[in-house]
Amino acid sequence: MSVFNQSRSRIIKLIFLLVFIMIIGQLINLQLLSGKYGPMAMDNAVYPKIVYPERGIIYDRNGKAILNNAIMYDLMVTPAEIKGMDTAAFCSLMEIDTADFKKRIIESIIKNTRVRPSTFQSLLTPQMQARFEENSWRFPGFAMVERPVRVYPYNVGAHLLGYVSEVSPKDIERSERFYRMGDYIGKNGLESSYEKVLMGQRGVQYMIKDNRNRLVGKYEDGEFDTAAIAGRGLRTYLDVELQEIAEKMLSGKVGAVVAIEPKTGGILAMASGPTFNPNDLTGYDMEKNYRRLALDVAQPLLNRAVQGRYEPGSTFKPLGGLVALEEGVITPSYGYSCGGRYFACGTGKPGCTHSNAGHAANLRVATANSCNSYFTHIYRLVVDQKKYGNVKNGYMKWREYMNAFGLGVRLGVDVPSENAGFIPDTSVYNKENRGYWSSCTNLTLGIGQDKMGATPLQLANAMCIIANKGYYYTPHFVKGIDDETAADSVYLAKYRKKHEVLTHIPDEMYQEIINGMEDVTIFGTATRTRVPGQRVSAKTGTAENYTFLDGRKIKLENNAMFVCFAPADNPKIAIAVVMQNAGYGGTWSGPIAKVLMEKYLNDTLSKATKAEYENFVKVNRMPKHFARLQYREDSIRARWFFDKTKDSTYIRKYLRRGEVAPAEKKEDNPPKSTIKSAITFMLEPKHKFFRKPEAPTLTTV
Amino acid sequence: MSQRNPGISKGIDWSVVGIYILIVTIGLMAIFGATYKEGDPIVQSFFNFSTDYSKQFIFFGVSLLLGLFVLLTDSKFFPATANIFYAAGIFMMLLVFPFHSNIKGTESIIKLGPLNFQPAEFCKITVALALAKYLSRPETDFTQTRSQVIAACITLFPAILSILQKETGLALVFFAFFLVMFREGLPASILVVGFSVAALVVMTLLLEKNLLAFILLGIGLLVALLLRRQIRRDKVLLAKIIGITAICVGIQFFVVPFLFKTVLGKHQVERIYSTIGKEIPEEYIRGEVVINEKSGKQENTADYNVKQSKIAIGSGGLTGKGLLKGTQTRYGFVPEQRTDFIFDTIGEGFGFIGSFVLLGLYLLLLFRIVTIAERQRSVFSRCYAYGVASVIFFHVAINVSMTIGLAPVIGIPLPLISYGGASLLTFSLLIAILLRLDADRQMVLR
Repeated sequence: MSVFNQSRSRIIKLIFLLVFIMIIGQLINLQLLSGKYGPMAMDNAVYPKIVYPERGIIYDRNGKAILNNAIMYDLMVTPAEIKGMDTAAFCSLMEIDTADFKKRIIESIIKNTRVRPSTFQSLLTPQMQARFEENSWRFPGFAMVERPVRVYPYNVGAHLLGYVSEVSPKDIERSERFYRMGDYIGKNGLESSYEKVLMGQRGVQYMIKDNRNRLVGKYEDGEFDTAAIAGRGLRTYLDVELQEIAEKMLSGKVGAVVAIEPKTGGILAMASGPTFNPNDLTGYDMEKNYRRLALDVAQPLLNRAVQGRYEPGSTFKPLGGLVALEEGVITPSYGYSCGGRYFACGTGKPGCTHSNAGHAANLRVATANSCNSYFTHIYRLVVDQKKYGNVKNGYMKWREYMNAFGLGVRLGVDVPSENAGFIPDTSVYNKENRGYWSSCTNLTLGIGQDKMGATPLQLANAMCIIANKGYYYTPHFVKGIDDETAADSVYLAKYRKKHEVLTHIPDEMYQEIINGMEDVTIFGTATRTRVPGQRVSAKTGTAENYTFLDGRKIKLENNAMFVCFAPADNPKIAIAVVMQNAGYGGTWSGPIAKVLMEKYLNDTLSKATKAEYENFVKVNRMPKHFARLQYREDSIRARWFFDKTKDSTYIRKYLRRGEVAPAEKKEDNPPKSTIKSAITFMLEPKHKFFRKPEAPTLTTV
Repeated sequence: MSQRNPGISKGIDWSVVGIYILIVTIGLMAIFGATYKEGDPIVQSFFNFSTDYSKQFIFFGVSLLLGLFVLLTDSKFFPATANIFYAAGIFMMLLVFPFHSNIKGTESIIKLGPLNFQPAEFCKITVALALAKYLSRPETDFTQTRSQVIAACITLFPAILSILQKETGLALVFFAFFLVMFREGLPASILVVGFSVAALVVMTLLLEKNLLAFILLGIGLLVALLLRRQIRRDKVLLAKIIGITAICVGIQFFVVPFLFKTVLGKHQVERIYSTIGKEIPEEYIRGEVVINEKSGKQENTADYNVKQSKIAIGSGGLTGKGLLKGTQTRYGFVPEQRTDFIFDTIGEGFGFIGSFVLLGLYLLLLFRIVTIAERQRSVFSRCYAYGVASVIFFHVAINVSMTIGLAPVIGIPLPLISYGGASLLTFSLLIAILLRLDADRQMVLR
């Protein structure tokens, strides 16, 4: 038979072997060489469920919670599980249209794939939540998930407390992928500065899921799970009652108030006007409210207490006196004969409110009378000292003092986006005057004008230096962190360091200035701010300012500045108040400081003060040019949208009577009355008589 | 060897029995691993046969029992009845056409009370026997083309019936018997031509139509140039070269599109393209094609299955995750995991080592069967043994290859491992008959 074919058995064996080797080769490739399949299998079957810890609570100095947690609900959707659902009913329940519905579903598929849950609507209103709960069985694929939100029980502190919101892609990148899509992160204020403390530690539960994405149990019996650790609370110096008063008194006004405890640098109250209810930025209307606030020209989102830069004006004078004393160019008994104007530079500027003889007979009197000539003169004495050689060196020395006082540099308060204020460099003057300038060039720096700019926080801090007789602590909110550890010194160590800025001035000399400031409340410009039973030292300031609107320079109402501390002999509170475009410092800023001091020092308000407080709250001093500014901004934006979308509803309300939107205007050429033009007229989309058949578009199969 | 029952045990090749039992045991464990659900009562299930592994265990018992019957049979019985069995098998396959039950999208199954009977499965045995019978006839001269054609017809007739029953995978199995014919003297050139045609078909799928045509023409021209001296002497050679080139281009331009448009089913086209990793060309698309929203590419359902299967096996690593620890197979990511994709359970649970051991066992079995084949005195036994080896080889190679993405997904089981009584019984009987014939290897059977 075919015995001669016996050798073929070997060929057959070889074929078997070769095919098996090929299979083994692919197995080596899949199982040993390619590392990607293990993680892919994990990704398939293991779902790391994040357990969010409760965020830390923020307390005021009396242990009242001013920022707390509450539970709201997110609506989650798993697109693959939506089957046979009554979409129309769902949409009417959620108050959206079907196009929006489709858009959101597609978005969530792109974000988290078809089979994983993603947020369909975050933070349901209580009504929506109730409606959905009743009907949830009708909507497969949708489920409610608890989401803790932040609440502000006193409705105050929007600027300083900040808010939380979903992380942006930028945040995620910055955190080196620590945060994930949908996480919440502190934005602005203490929420942002102390994010790591407040956030706590996220926990993870590893769950097993099957091919339909159902969770079927714990992975490895929870061996790799980590528990969530709640965020720690912050204990602040804030006095929520003071904060409430400050915010109320700023309502309807533009300005800022900062109150500091001089002995510790702890901030008792910080308000910026106009303000808003922080609860507006939590919950379901968050985005709508945010848009409204962001588009307001009064900039309610701006924390003017740390971001606003103002010319300090006369409130700077006591500091000027301190520098002159420290440098030894004057003694408290130094006097200057001012006849109503300062003539030493030949211009007769600046003028002075007083012209009677002896109104600047010594430092105390000059301070009480706020003599411009006196303080410009002592500024010049400081910078023109022989030991510095020339004015530029002298000026740099003077600037060093300013920086030491915290002016022109960021103080380092524990809320973000602090403004440094402005104390010009010599280069600024060199440039403006081609290198040739003297102390006469910028002599008004001595009375807090020229190019000087300071934030209300810096002004309040400067008061602390006087009140403390030479030192300050960096202003800050947080006194302590619950369960504080050594690692927390990153946050708090810098606030517990004493800044000794003036060392050569004996206490008696401080006393002269303090007395001078006290005189201001006795017979000077701040007599209205006397607090019953307390000695108050204060200084008012009034700064002129201008703006450009519609191409014209217009003079605005003065900025009302006010600084003070009390009690004069043992200061417990230092305050700076700025009222933008309100009028005189004593008239418009003083009352706020007065109410705050009275409340803080006496614990109650006297009947008269209460009445004054209530009247003040009602007054509206919003700058008049804001209305015009708002109109201009809105109309420019409307035009921008109109140009993008060609939808004239954006600009309709800005058009004059009878005026037609620009794009429509073009088509208003009188059409020739031919049949052709009539048809084209009717086919115009704006008339909607007929819908023009859309051009056939290429669609891929 | 038992002294009490020398009739059965005498001459039995125990190594094959040992490997057989080992593989079936691994199979039972794999089915257990794939289908066991947390909290199932294991012991209880063996009494009410509610679970797949307990059912498979019963089939194992039945297989052993039938195997015993086969071993008790006289070995002359098999060559004597081979043709009758073959005829019966074909008859049953024909019966399928009017009486098939329409389950799982196949038309190859007859329902007999609670049992599903697939005649094509049974035909694997009958073809092996009938082919052996035909080749062992004294009057058969296998060097003649006529005999070769008859042998091919015996083998391929059930295959054609299978294709008509929409069981392309099963039909392909019958091509494995060409290995038997190769051993018995089928000219190697036929296999080479067959392989070349297969390569041409694959190239057609991979390359652009006109490019491939140019390449083929180029090859033709090159051959003509190289052989120009011979051509000068013999003009017929030139005609042959032109003819072969023309046939190749014809296959590429007309036969392949015809196959893909009319012969193959929609899912088969998808699976083939999934294996070679290309999108289905527009001309072969039937019905709707889902376009992936993200990538803008076609969503091929066959892709998902193979991808999950590769993830399962790949994630096993060197040592595997352990029995019942494989997340891919336990939580439903792998499709058909107890039948066609049972290899995933081993690959994921026991890793490369487990897979290697199992494949090693198969190779050992195949080599052992070839050795057994070569020691037969009768041609019938030898041919039959090669038939068994070819069928097992084809099943193992294709099944494992499709789970690791080397072959298109055609639904054929992994011998002795996959869940399913019919498959287990068929392979058990194939092996049992082989053992019986081998026990009487000194006899000359006709």
